[in-house]
Amino acid sequence: MTTLTVWIDGVGLLGPNLASWASAREVMSGAQAHVGSPTVLPPPARLPPAERRRAGAAVKLALAIADEAVAQAQIDPATLATVFTSSSGEGQNCHALCETLATPNPVVSPTRFTNSVHNAAAGCWHIAVASRAPSTSLCAFDGSFGAGLIEAVTLVRLGGAPLLLVASDSPYPEPLHSTRPLPDHFGIALLLSPVATERSLAAMTVTLVGADRAVSTCDDASLDALRRAIPAACGLPLLAALARPRAPRCLVLDYLPTMRLQVDLA
Amino acid sequence: MTPLAISTGTLVSALGGGRAATLAALQAQRTGLAPVRFENLPLPTWTGEVEGVDAVALPASLAEFNCRNNRLAWMGLQHDGFIDAVAVARARWGAARVGVFLGTSTSGLLHTEHAFRHRGPDGALPADYRYGPTQNTYSVAAFVARALGLAGPSWVVSTACSSSAKVFGNAARLIAAGLIDAAVVGGVDSLCLTTLYGFNSLELLSSDICRPWDETRNGLSIGEAAAFALVERESDAPQGWLLGVGESNDGYHMSTPHPEGAGAIAAMRGALAEAGLQPADIDYINLHGTATPSNDAAEDRAVASVFGNGTPASSTKGATGHTLGAAGGVEALIALLAIEHGLMPAGLNVQQRDPALHLNYLLANRAAPVRCVLSNSFGFGGSNASLVLGAPR
Repeated sequence: MTTLTVWIDGVGLLGPNLASWASAREVMSGAQAHVGSPTVLPPPARLPPAERRRAGAAVKLALAIADEAVAQAQIDPATLATVFTSSSGEGQNCHALCETLATPNPVVSPTRFTNSVHNAAAGCWHIAVASRAPSTSLCAFDGSFGAGLIEAVTLVRLGGAPLLLVASDSPYPEPLHSTRPLPDHFGIALLLSPVATERSLAAMTVTLVGADRAVSTCDDASLDALRRAIPAACGLPLLAALARPRAPRCLVLDYLPTMRLQVDLA
Repeated sequence: MTPLAISTGTLVSALGGGRAATLAALQAQRTGLAPVRFENLPLPTWTGEVEGVDAVALPASLAEFNCRNNRLAWMGLQHDGFIDAVAVARARWGAARVGVFLGTSTSGLLHTEHAFRHRGPDGALPADYRYGPTQNTYSVAAFVARALGLAGPSWVVSTACSSSAKVFGNAARLIAAGLIDAAVVGGVDSLCLTTLYGFNSLELLSSDICRPWDETRNGLSIGEAAAFALVERESDAPQGWLLGVGESNDGYHMSTPHPEGAGAIAAMRGALAEAGLQPADIDYINLHGTATPSNDAAEDRAVASVFGNGTPASSTKGATGHTLGAAGGVEALIALLAIEHGLMPAGLNVQQRDPALHLNYLLANRAAPVRCVLSNSFGFGGSNASLVLGAPR
C-alpha cells in the first residue's frame, strides 16, 4: 500500500466573512470568533474582460481560491495539474436553463449552455493560465471534498508532481435552493507537493477509514455550522489545524455514508 | 502503468442492450440513429435514443433514484452477467475494497427540467421532487454503488465528453495506490432538453444523420448510453487490459477544440507512454469523431501528427450517436469487442469522404487481428482523454 503523504504548499479560502486564507488566519486559529456575513466574490482578474463579464459565481469562486493557493506556493500555474470538485457546479446557469426550457419555444443561450458543464471552472482556469496539464472535475454530493482529496493525493503521490485541488460550492437560486439549501458560496484550494519545500505548511497523510470514526468538528460554532451545511467546507477542520500549530494533528473528515478520511498532519 | 485487468463489461445504447447486440449492429454496419422522437421535440435533428427507458421500473429499494439517467443505468447493468460478475468481485475483495467511478455530463437533469414545468403558484418545485438522488451530478454513482452493494470510494467525473474515459484512470490509480482492489467504471448519459437545445444553440447539431469524416458533415447526433466495466487487481479470465491513460487540457477555448489538436496530441502521447507502446503498436484508433467540422479537422491533424496517416481509424458515433459523458465508456467497450472479434468497425454515414482529412478512415468493416486500440474522448472545457486497451495475454 502506498502511503499517501503530500505536502501542503499553499491554501486558498473564500466564504462567508472569510475573504482569503491570509486574512482569515485569526478566525481559523480561534483567536477571533467567526461572524457570518455574505461571501464576496472578487472579479476574476486572470480572465480577459469579455470572459470576466460572462463568468458566473462558481467560476469566480474557484478562480479566486485557486489564485490564492498558487500565489502562496509561488508556483507556475501553466504546468500545474488540477483537480476541481464541487457538489453542484454553476447553480445559476442550471436554474436559468431550466426556466428557459420550461417555456413553449425555448431559446437557449449558447454561452449559458457552454458554461453549464460541471468542468466550466476547470476549463476557465486552464484557459486563463494557458495550461495543458491534466485536469479533472469531480462530484460526490456531500462527499465532494473527500473525493477531490483522494484523487488529488493519489495523483500527486503516483505522478510525482505538484497539483492544485480546488473544492468549491455555490448555492442554487430558488426553487432549487429549497431542495438543496447551500447557504452561501464557499471554497478551499490546496496546493499539494510530492516533496517538502521551503513553502510547505505541513505534511499531510490521507487514509481511508470506516464510517464508525467520529468526524472532526470546528471549535468555532459558526465555522462548524458552515462545515455541516456546505460540502466544500468539510475541509474546514483541516484548515483550522493548519492555522493552529498545537491543534489536533489527527483529523477525520467526512466523505461518504460508508467511509471517512483520516488526515494526519506533521 | 501496470496493465489493469478488465474482467468484464456491458453496455446499452441505441444499438441495443448487451455486448452481443452491439457487436451484431457493428458487424451489420447498422446505425441506431433516427430522426428525433424524444419528447416530440421540434428540433431538426437525429438522436440515438434507447428504446424502453421510460418503461423501466427500479426496485422499490432504489425508488428514490428514479429518473431517466438512473433508469438507463439500470438497463445497462442487466446484460452480460455484469451484476453477477460484480457480486463475485465483491465477495472476493470485500465491498469496501471495490470503488465506483462513473462519468456523466447531465446526470438526472431531465427530471429537474420536467419539474420546472410544474412549479406551484409560489414558484416551488413539486413536493415529490428530490434533488440529490436524481439531478445531482453524483447520483448515478450513488445509485450504481447501492444497486451493486458496493461501499468503496466513489465519485462521478464530469468533464463533459471525456468523463467516462477518465474514470479508467481513477480506478487504475486507486488500485495502484492500494486503496481498492477493484472498481466498477463507466459512464451514463441520457437525453435531456439542456443538451439538445444547448448544442442546437451552438449550431453543433446536424439536421441530418451525423456524418463523421464526410465533406458535408455539419454537426453531431446526440445519443444516450450506459456502459460499465469491472476492473480488478487480478482477474482469472480478463476480456482485455487497460494499458494506458493519457489526460490533458487544451487551455484554449470552452467549446472549440484547439485547431492543431495540441491537447489531443498530449493525451494520445501520454496514453502511449503509460502503455510503453509506440504508435506502430496500435492496430486501430477509435476516434472521438463527433462530425462537427472543427472536431474532425482538429482530430485528423492531431492523430496524424502522432501516428501518421496509416493506422486504421473510425468514429463509431455514426452508429451510437454522441453519448457525451458515456462516450468514453461506450467506445472502450467497442474497443474490447474489436479486440475480441478482430473487427475494425466502419465509420458510418460517409457519402463523400472529406478530401481535406487524411487519416486511414475505414469506410467499411475490416476483419483483422486487433491487439491494441487507442480510443479518444475530448470534451467541452478543453478536456482530453485517450485510452490504450489491449488483448488478453
